[in-house]
Amino acid sequence: MERTRVVLREVRQRAVEQELAEQTQVGEALIKGLMRAQLSLALRLAVVVLIGLGGLPLVFYFAPPHGKSSILPWLLLGVAAYPFLFAAGYTYVKLAENNERDFSAVVRRDG
Amino acid sequence: MDSPFTVPAIVIVTLATVIIGAYGLRLARTTSDFLVASRTVSARWNAAAIGGEYLSAASFLGVAGLVLKFGVDVLWYPVGFAAGYLALLLFVAAPLRRSGAFTLPDFCELRLRSRRLRKLATAFVVFIGWLYLVPQMQGAGLTLTTVTGGSYLMGVLLVGVVVTASVALGGMRSITFVQAFQYWLKLTALAVPVLFLALHWQMEGTTPPDPVFRETTTVHFDHPAKLTQADGTVLAPSAGETLTFQAGEPVPKVESVNYGTDWLLPGERGLFATYSLILATFLGTMGLPHVLVRFYTNPDGSAARRTTLVVLALVGMFYLFPTLYGVLGRVYTPELLLTGRTDAVVLLLPSSALGTGLLGQLLGSLVAAGAFAAFLSSSSGLLTSVAGVLSTDVLGRGSVRDFRISAIAGGIVPIVLALNVSGLDVSQVVGMAFAVAASSFCPLLVLGIWWRGLTDAGAAAGILAGGGAAIGAVLLTVLGPPLPGWLSVLIGQPAAWTVPLAFAVMVLVSLATRHRLPGTVSTIMLRLHAPDPVAASRG
Repeated sequence: MERTRVVLREVRQRAVEQELAEQTQVGEALIKGLMRAQLSLALRLAVVVLIGLGGLPLVFYFAPPHGKSSILPWLLLGVAAYPFLFAAGYTYVKLAENNERDFSAVVRRDG
Repeated sequence: MDSPFTVPAIVIVTLATVIIGAYGLRLARTTSDFLVASRTVSARWNAAAIGGEYLSAASFLGVAGLVLKFGVDVLWYPVGFAAGYLALLLFVAAPLRRSGAFTLPDFCELRLRSRRLRKLATAFVVFIGWLYLVPQMQGAGLTLTTVTGGSYLMGVLLVGVVVTASVALGGMRSITFVQAFQYWLKLTALAVPVLFLALHWQMEGTTPPDPVFRETTTVHFDHPAKLTQADGTVLAPSAGETLTFQAGEPVPKVESVNYGTDWLLPGERGLFATYSLILATFLGTMGLPHVLVRFYTNPDGSAARRTTLVVLALVGMFYLFPTLYGVLGRVYTPELLLTGRTDAVVLLLPSSALGTGLLGQLLGSLVAAGAFAAFLSSSSGLLTSVAGVLSTDVLGRGSVRDFRISAIAGGIVPIVLALNVSGLDVSQVVGMAFAVAASSFCPLLVLGIWWRGLTDAGAAAGILAGGGAAIGAVLLTVLGPPLPGWLSVLIGQPAAWTVPLAFAVMVLVSLATRHRLPGTVSTIMLRLHAPDPVAASRG
């Protein structure tokens, strides 16, 4: 069972490879498009994190917490930061895999 | 701290490491097995192994010690250590795995077709590896002194020899199992005691009795100090003076330490230092050689992404705990602020808070075992990657025998260094390794993966400028005289200027040497970025 699946996949891979090698122009354009999509996705998420977390030192600097709110930096940095980072990572993995699925679909349709 | 369980706990951890390593040894037969665990490690094992390897002495002991001393500002260390995996996930994980490169030097040669760049990268891998190994072994020496009263020499030698032997004999397959086991051990060793501590703190109410010295303590003052005692009298020892406190005496307050609510508030370290630290940890993780090697054991690019995501979760979960130790340390072990041994707070807190009864002793031993796991796992991961590049690029051609010889050679250097340099601060040195990695390998990887215009000359110039500046800053901080004011911040936390420097030099020199662009760049970009089924046939 496993063996059959692997062979089938290899056959399909070879076809795609041939196609990409024969139509270098198209293949190159496709790859460039995918790279652009993946990079802009990564940059957008990085900006979200840099503003969300990286903005905190500035906030604390210009509006220092006091009294009751002095627990806030502890909760934000000590606890909330980690689920936030994980959520960013999870979003990236989902969307990056979508980009790749779209790419594969286009490649297959062309072939 | 003298618990009868501590020595057995450390012995058990060490034995378990060796035994699991030996179990892996039976499975490791060929060179490929040996170096990359045959790329058959599942995402969850791999992620736990990466976590186990990553959470070093700096995370297990250092973070809590820093929180105890400096308060909320230093929480950027653990946040940055975790966020580094997000940067790795966003920009590097899948393409790096698809490149098929096993080490950073491999990546250089594969992407830029340059043997000379490969040699340069090898030198940086070994430097970063050793820079990171020395504080691990020092930490082991200090822990053994703290928890058993044994000698510093013994601790360094014990960890050094166990790690060198297990890497030389087992290779990476066994190390994967060992690392995964040690992640869970480290997490348990921090999580279980903290539950008891938090319960105890709740039951006792928020105002515990004034802390007292648990044993006769002698403090040597390097600088003049002012101590306020419980009855309000002030002691003012001058530089060079020694004071002895009897067991049971209340712990005085040190004037230079912030006891008020200011400790709760951010802002003491300055914006530049904070942002520099964030940059170093966020971008440095992807340049740590022992982290990257492990990505090769993922079957493909998507698996590399999923593994990184699991690592992000595991590392984040771990970092919830050191903060609690630092905070509770303020309540139960303020004498560490006086003696300056704040790095020991994780080790001493259980017996300080819960007393020297059975529970305190057992929990204290558990933490000591976890600390040992931290040294063993980080140093063996580091040594594996140092030995990996030494065996393929410097001492031989990558055979199993070369790997073993390289492991021994690579292990001896940091052991000797750790025996001779005992004045370095664990967390500081680790932070510097991050700064060097962020200013050398981060630009190389990010530009190499996402920019077609990178040339070998540009990469080499960028690594030399950024990484060289960071290494210079490290050496100046460690060996040089104390620096005045803002200069000490620029040199002590160099990432904020060395990382942009490395990126700028790399881009400018690449643009100026456009004729050196490798002709294979399109093929390589296809391999790095095409989804796995397409890329696999190309590889």
